[in-house]
Amino acid sequence: MLFIRAYWIAFSTILSKEIRRFMRIWQQTLLPPAITMTLYFIIFGNLIGSRIGEMSGLNYMSFIMPGLIMMSVINNAYSNVSSSFFSNKFQRSIEELLVAPVPNSVILAGFVFGGVARGLLTGIIVTVVAVFFTDVQVHNFWVLSSIVLLSSILFSLGGFINALYANKFDDVSIVPTFVLTPLSYLGGVFFSTDLLPEGWRLLSEFNPILYMVNGFRFGMLGVSDVNLVTCYAILISVIVLLTIFSMRLLKRGKGIRS
Amino acid sequence: MSSLNDYKGPALSIAGLKKVYDNGHVALKGIDLEVTQGDFFALLGPNGAGKSTTLGIVSGLVNKSEGQVKLFGLDIEGDWYDAKRLLGVVPQEFNFNQFEKVQDIVITQAGYYGLTKKQAVEQSEKYLKALDLWDKRDVPSRMLSGGMKRRLMIARALVHDPKLLILDEPTAGVDIELRLSMWEYLQELNTSFGTTIILTTHYLEEAESLCHNIAIINQGDIVKNTSMRSLLEELHKQTFVVELQQAYPARPVLADLDVSWKDDQCFEVDVEKGTAINELFTVFNQAGLDVSGIRPKSNRLEALFVDAVRK
Ligand SMILES: Nc1ncnc2c1ncn2[C@@H]1O[C@H](COP(=O)(O)OP(=O)(O)O)[C@@H](O)[C@H]1O
Ligand SMILES: [Mg+2]
Repeated sequence: MLFIRAYWIAFSTILSKEIRRFMRIWQQTLLPPAITMTLYFIIFGNLIGSRIGEMSGLNYMSFIMPGLIMMSVINNAYSNVSSSFFSNKFQRSIEELLVAPVPNSVILAGFVFGGVARGLLTGIIVTVVAVFFTDVQVHNFWVLSSIVLLSSILFSLGGFINALYANKFDDVSIVPTFVLTPLSYLGGVFFSTDLLPEGWRLLSEFNPILYMVNGFRFGMLGVSDVNLVTCYAILISVIVLLTIFSMRLLKRGKGIRS
Repeated sequence: MSSLNDYKGPALSIAGLKKVYDNGHVALKGIDLEVTQGDFFALLGPNGAGKSTTLGIVSGLVNKSEGQVKLFGLDIEGDWYDAKRLLGVVPQEFNFNQFEKVQDIVITQAGYYGLTKKQAVEQSEKYLKALDLWDKRDVPSRMLSGGMKRRLMIARALVHDPKLLILDEPTAGVDIELRLSMWEYLQELNTSFGTTIILTTHYLEEAESLCHNIAIINQGDIVKNTSMRSLLEELHKQTFVVELQQAYPARPVLADLDVSWKDDQCFEVDVEKGTAINELFTVFNQAGLDVSGIRPKSNRLEALFVDAVRK
């Protein structure tokens, strides 16, 4: 049983190191989402939103707010893990973990929860920003928090896998730019999928971000384009798949052991 | 773990260890190596011989292709948890986060080994003081000099009081004065605490003044595994090949000379370096041997060793 205690200590050591890291460089980690969010609210909410009118029976500002929060959460969870783990690889300090009696599952959990911590903190920060622009309501706290938690776990795992494969710093920015951002924009952050033509709407059902944004929107506002059960089922199964995949890569030593 | 105190076997045993890198390069061709507990052991070899690969496999940084590695009788795969707790690693390249502070680096490493925060703080203080880094504890590691960085890696490797410490070229790029104090520290660790130490080095004096036993590795093979003393003896000898005018089936004994006959018409003789060759001829004459030729035998080991310790 002694080793369980040791594993717990190792886990909290990784987690607190991760938190210390993003707090130390808060200008690069916590400030940008606050600024982006402010701009989104001013432009889409105030300036343009007033001309758009209602979306799914809500004023446009309220409609986009949950999606915008969610977008910051997943982007920050993802990039925290991808850039932190990659820089551990790059500086070789990952070797500190590899020589120590720390199982792969603890390494994975430590980094993933580091990403979750950044995701959640970012979520709180942008929600505080949102309060200045619109009414923030909570329709169902449990749905809201579980969706945020699951989504940040999912994207932290994604960031982890990205970092294992990455050979240079560019490799960790490719996915956010070319995959995450487009999927978020098409994932119903700014519009209800009801507005899409039939074909596009079917296609968008394959976009996992759509489910997160809608699940989260339900938690806040009580409206959703998708079924909540489907939303949880998709989140949980993708998390399970990514966890299994990450563990395999770690076992092989992909990108960390020659 | 309680049985470890009764364990008298080798600190490290390597059997049939082979490494083929992904690009197909064979870095280790199936080596065997044993290091006894309490030893101060040097692994010597020219650049690219496979020293770092060997230590990398032992410390879990490199995947092995074939073979077995045991630390204090514990398999590094099957018993990885207990095995790793006994090992401290100082790699060849700096591998800490450049932005973290010195003491944080050591405390974090302690956490990975499961030490509580209190233990981690105490241990980091103990070793940072021992390695003369206590004044620098709040400095980001990138501000340290090369020698200090090296010592930081030693403090970090010791934070959990390992029984075996491995160091990959610990004194490369460290100036003479610091090198001496590092030697002194390692020696004390070895004699006072019984920590087994394995290092790789390019400095002959280093192996000579520190190590009891050595292995020489070349192109992925262990070519010599012996005590420092017998290696030095061997290095101080020179071998001559002596050809005779005709066959001497009786193979006469030559007084006081270390001779080995190759056939009835040729033998090799080992002499201390610097011995006058004239004296050899006196002995040959007394034995009634007609010598047709004598030449120094090229010493492969010496060539290797010189290569190994002088880059
Ligand atoms: N990651 C790697 N991929 C391919 N070849 C490698 C790798 N690392 C080392 N090698 C090769 O393996 C051989 C042994 O390297 P190494 O163990 O670092 O030698 P040493 O430490 O004795 O200088 C060298 O020829 C080196 O080029
Ligand atoms: Mg090397």
